[in-house]
Amino acid sequence: MNLNFTMIAQAIAFAILIWFTVKFVWPPLLNAIEKRQKEIADGLAAAQEGKLSLEVAAKKNAETLNEVKQKGAEIVSQAEKRASEIVEQAKNVANEEGDRIIASAKSEIDQEVNRAKEELRGQISSLAIQGAEKILDKEIDKKVHADMLTKLAKDL
Amino acid sequence: MADSYNSPSEYIGHHLSNNELHLDFLGEGSFMTLHLDSFVMAVILGIFSMGLIWLVARRASAGVPTKTQAFVELVFGFIDDQVGNIFHGNRHSFVAPAALTVFVWVLMMNAMDFLPIDIMAKFYGMLGLYEWKAVPTSDVNTTFGLALGVWFLMIYFGIKVKGMGGWLHEIFCAPFGSSVWVWPANFLFNIIEYVSKPLSHSLRLFGNMYAGEVIFLLLGLWAATGVSGIIFGSILGAGWAIFHILIVVLQAYIFMMLTVVYLSMAHEGH
Repeated sequence: MNLNFTMIAQAIAFAILIWFTVKFVWPPLLNAIEKRQKEIADGLAAAQEGKLSLEVAAKKNAETLNEVKQKGAEIVSQAEKRASEIVEQAKNVANEEGDRIIASAKSEIDQEVNRAKEELRGQISSLAIQGAEKILDKEIDKKVHADMLTKLAKDL
Repeated sequence: MADSYNSPSEYIGHHLSNNELHLDFLGEGSFMTLHLDSFVMAVILGIFSMGLIWLVARRASAGVPTKTQAFVELVFGFIDDQVGNIFHGNRHSFVAPAALTVFVWVLMMNAMDFLPIDIMAKFYGMLGLYEWKAVPTSDVNTTFGLALGVWFLMIYFGIKVKGMGGWLHEIFCAPFGSSVWVWPANFLFNIIEYVSKPLSHSLRLFGNMYAGEVIFLLLGLWAATGVSGIIFGSILGAGWAIFHILIVVLQAYIFMMLTVVYLSMAHEGH
């Protein structure tokens, strides 16, 4: 255990080894690690950004969905309103048509009745004349009694 | 085992002596000696560990890392965190890589202590190395060499950050103040600090690793005394090896932290 030149040799070896590490070993390791750190940080930031934009998109989606739902409901209610309107209108039209048909039928019936009355009147007048002829047993001058008969028929 | 030695002290002494190479071309004297085992092991371990990390770092991808890269990044992140807590400046330009070097290298050198000392001695013997101490950090020259390197870095950064004037001002005017009358006291304190830092830095690591090795050797001696010695020596040796895992890592960590603390103190004023 005596100090000798070994000490100096070791110090020189030490110096060379430190120089080697400073020059060739440390920088590439540091570079690689710092680069990876940066990449990881970037990745995390990107993920955060993605998350944020996803949230925004989800919010927008919900908003759009809401809007669409509202619009749909509106359209449905409008359609219902329109449908009831149409039904109402149809009802009205049908009523009117029915009334009209009834009225025309009534007037037709009236006409029929009148015509039947006229006919009956004619027949009654002729029957009356025949009856009178039979009663009188004699020809009646139609022309002479026509006025009277017409008046009679009218009275029926 | 120890039976080929004549006495326990010879056994221990043999295992704790270094393979010396006398550098006669540099001059006479006992200082011009190189502990070939410490130096060669340290260089091999340094090249092996930092080279391995370099191979991973060279093709490090920012994408999904391979398992090897993940492991290297684990070490990287650990060192980076520790340095970041202590050193407040641009640590990536020098201090953090230096701390990585210190931690990994010292850890590898300390970990040589796990190799079973007598089996490894046989192995080295087969290679023709009869004096070969595998743990460089149990050689005070290694730890002092490292501490010396840190010491020079300390002074270098002190001058670089504060300027020569600022550094000298600090040596004479801290910690007691800038009055001329306390200059000698300040100077004395700073000299003590500059001497004690590398001493405590290196001797702490050396002491721990040396003591660990001595205990392994003592247990090896016990194992050479008989059956009960083999049993207890093995059990206690295993226990000490397990406990030594803690010491090896802890001492490497402490050495690295002190390096960072000293360097950051050099960057900041008193």
